[in-house]
Amino acid sequence: MASEHIRNFSIIAHIDHGKSTLADRLIQQVGLVSARDFREQLLDTMEIERERGITIKSQTVNLPYRTADGHLLELNLIDTPGHVDFSYEVSRALACCEGVLLVIDASQGVQAQTLACLYRAMEHDLAIIPVINKIDLPTANIERTKEQIEQELALESGRALLCSAKETIGINEIFQAIIQRIPPPSGSPDKPLTALIFDAQHDPFRGVIVSVRVFDGEVRAGDEIMLMSTGKVHLVEEVGIFRLKRESRPVLSSGSVGYIIAGLKEVSETRIGDTITQAHQPAPVPLPGFREMKPVVFCSLYPVSSEDYPALADALAKYVLNDAAFVYQKESSAALGQGFRCGFLGLLHLEVVQERLQREYNQSIILTVPSVRYRFLLQDGSSVLVDNPSHYPDPAKIKQVEEPYVRLTVFTPERYLGAVIKLCLERRAVELKHNFLRPGQREIFCQLPLAEVIFDFHDRLKSITQGYGSFDYELSDSRLAEVVKLDVLVNGERVDALSIIVHRQNAYRRAVKICEKLKQEIPRHQFPVVIQAAIGSRVIARSHIPAFRKDVTAKCYGGDVTRKRKLLEKQKEGKKKMKMVGSVMIPQKAFVAAMKIEE
Amino acid sequence: MNRKTAGLYIHVPFCRRKCPYCDFFSIPELTLLPAWLQAVCREAKYYQGKFKCFNTVYFGGGTPSLLSPSNLDFLLENLRRIFLITPEAEITLEMNPEDVSREKLRKLQGLGINRISLGLQSLDDEALTFLGRRHTAFQAEKALGQALEAGFSSVSVDLIYGLPGQKKQRWEKVLSRVAASRPHHVSCYLLTIKEGTFFARKILNGQPPLFWEKVQRDLFLFTSRWWKNQGYLHYEVSNFAVSSKHRCAHNLKYWQRQPYLGLGPSAHSFSQNKRWWNVSSVKEYCRLVSSGFHPVAERERLEPAQEKLETLFLGLRTADGVSLALFSNLPEDKKTLLEKQGLVKTRDDRLFCTEQGFLFTDALPLWLTGDFPLKVVAKGR
Repeated sequence: MASEHIRNFSIIAHIDHGKSTLADRLIQQVGLVSARDFREQLLDTMEIERERGITIKSQTVNLPYRTADGHLLELNLIDTPGHVDFSYEVSRALACCEGVLLVIDASQGVQAQTLACLYRAMEHDLAIIPVINKIDLPTANIERTKEQIEQELALESGRALLCSAKETIGINEIFQAIIQRIPPPSGSPDKPLTALIFDAQHDPFRGVIVSVRVFDGEVRAGDEIMLMSTGKVHLVEEVGIFRLKRESRPVLSSGSVGYIIAGLKEVSETRIGDTITQAHQPAPVPLPGFREMKPVVFCSLYPVSSEDYPALADALAKYVLNDAAFVYQKESSAALGQGFRCGFLGLLHLEVVQERLQREYNQSIILTVPSVRYRFLLQDGSSVLVDNPSHYPDPAKIKQVEEPYVRLTVFTPERYLGAVIKLCLERRAVELKHNFLRPGQREIFCQLPLAEVIFDFHDRLKSITQGYGSFDYELSDSRLAEVVKLDVLVNGERVDALSIIVHRQNAYRRAVKICEKLKQEIPRHQFPVVIQAAIGSRVIARSHIPAFRKDVTAKCYGGDVTRKRKLLEKQKEGKKKMKMVGSVMIPQKAFVAAMKIEE
Repeated sequence: MNRKTAGLYIHVPFCRRKCPYCDFFSIPELTLLPAWLQAVCREAKYYQGKFKCFNTVYFGGGTPSLLSPSNLDFLLENLRRIFLITPEAEITLEMNPEDVSREKLRKLQGLGINRISLGLQSLDDEALTFLGRRHTAFQAEKALGQALEAGFSSVSVDLIYGLPGQKKQRWEKVLSRVAASRPHHVSCYLLTIKEGTFFARKILNGQPPLFWEKVQRDLFLFTSRWWKNQGYLHYEVSNFAVSSKHRCAHNLKYWQRQPYLGLGPSAHSFSQNKRWWNVSSVKEYCRLVSSGFHPVAERERLEPAQEKLETLFLGLRTADGVSLALFSNLPEDKKTLLEKQGLVKTRDDRLFCTEQGFLFTDALPLWLTGDFPLKVVAKGR
């Protein structure tokens, strides 16, 4: 199709402002799916996405749209992940578009990620169509939302569209705006091929399905293509477009969005943001913006029962086929046995991986406390990167430590300003500023250690602002940090899986909490159990689980035998889910609880 | 199948009203009694030939003393026609003190009932009120006296102790008054508070469970020593007898895994490696039996490992303990450790609990099999 009949666009929004519902409505409107077959939020194919109402893996769909005067257009909707962890993926998806629908909830108005999304779209020089969604809600305030669009987004509110994706109101106007206000792609089919990889998914039968936007040139089955970051050459088996299923096409030419199948086995062989070109006639330079995705949050995964280690290894190998951002390697722990150290893009990414392993691969796993990556400068001038407490260097040799910082933006109603500032300061925020956004609404900027964000910042913010606060962050730089390694000892034995690297000022608070938590979770034994938290050899917190003094059922007659035996069998079975540290049994949930400590 | 040593249990599922601590199956509804009598006899018939001979019979409940002597006569006569009940068989009837009278006792003896188990629960009016019993301490003591006078081969007394706030002196008073009559057998049950019950909410109510545990532990050891001083054998966790021949032969079958047949709703039966139990609705039980069906709710066939576990945890409840041969590989250090802690002793190739050990009979099987960790602990904690 000639490029003047193509529009490439994305929908961007603050979380829960109705992005996926709007996408569904657009798909339904062009007749790709009948109302009967319609499942809510078609693009969110993963169970977890559907359940949490967020999009993690982006999906793309080609919408055939016939105009009133009979022209057939192809509108490529490139869905983007909706969470801060995936901002690089979002930026690559936006690089494939010429315009965006910026969706704003009419009752909630502009939020932190609305702004973040807008800035990203502006960076890519995209046409921006503001869409005020959920106008059917009784709490909708269209006038106020328009004011915010003028004042906070500096967009013309007169050009904002009104819609209710849920009630199918204003959908045709959105199609008109896409066609009229988003420019068709430029680029030439005659130039050497440049195609941007913005996603890759694994298909058990076909291998890796690479999602691309072709900027220049053409690609067809039988071509030899080259991935420009690695120089690897592959033979194209099939090209095509995404409807709700894949539809093969003879060619993808400049301006198109579609897929390429070229015999790749694992998604890790492709890199999001990489450029595909023809092997025999390569483009002189790749498309800009490519960056290796680097994990920033690390934790260890262990099977609950050590005999499940091979099964976990297998599940990870399968999982990684579909998640290029996830990295892992073998590791072993004295307390937990064989396991894996894993890297994630952020805390949400971590939770998604954990849930998918548990749900789709049926793995019972123990997670250790997440950590960021610290740079230790040693006395001898060398430096080491440490993301795992068990690799903590000898404290005597440490000269200084650096930790990653983020630029954090928080949006909050004015009445919570004090609480939010207090939270930020508790989390070691620096360079804190706040802006008056509009009556009743504040915007807070600060620099904050990433370690403080991954440690339940989201939950705390939601709780102190009663759900009204929102935030966004991006990595900024590294700064000096004063950290210590906090160890947990159970009856004198160190539980390596519970060690954490923590800022000195938080060490005591964390130590007390962890001792309390473990006291609740570790069952009573025949002997007393002492839990200690220590920095080096100095114990800074302690708790005690007394031994039981009596464990006997008064009556055991004919009718009690079976019940009693089943109870003992259950206890035996339960022990398999416990980890032995010395002679103390620690249940899996103790490790989970230690990780989730509320203030 | 089981020709010699089986026990016969008849569950009488009726009560005047439910006691707040009891979790046995019963209903406060007497209109179903005639149907139940018929059903029990019909159910017994089914087992004719499968169980032939019993040397213990036990009427438990519920409140078996709600049955009139003629009810009992009807039952026993039918059971004797269907099975062989040996002439020297121990035949026990559980009785509530308010149902005891000289005349009734005489009639019961006439039926061949030779053992009475009296549900005294306490001889302390405050405790009796707390437990929701219908009788007074005076009635209870009187009933005990009459039962002993009547000349049964064995009279047993059920007591409950470890009540909230119960002081040692107060409990000792109850013990002294009971011991003064020299019953042949005494069962002393520590009040068990099951989580989530009305009792648990009422009693534990903010009280630290650890404190409760310590109080109960002390009372248990006190009780054990008290009866031993009186010359009684502490032959099972909660049971004491003046001599080994006055141990309850029927209950011993449960702990020694000998066969037993349970008739009536919710009754459990056991034979070889099979156990089964009846539905626990009186209506359903009667309906099933009268229409020719088995009233069995569930059955299980035990694996060798399960049999072993049962032998272990049941045997450890008794002073006889278990055979050391049961443990193919009991680590010597484990045994020594438990011996050192004064929880178990070994003699003549048997391992058995001390009075301290009785306090841990729920955990001991797992410690001994190595399923739960063990450590030396300082004594007297």
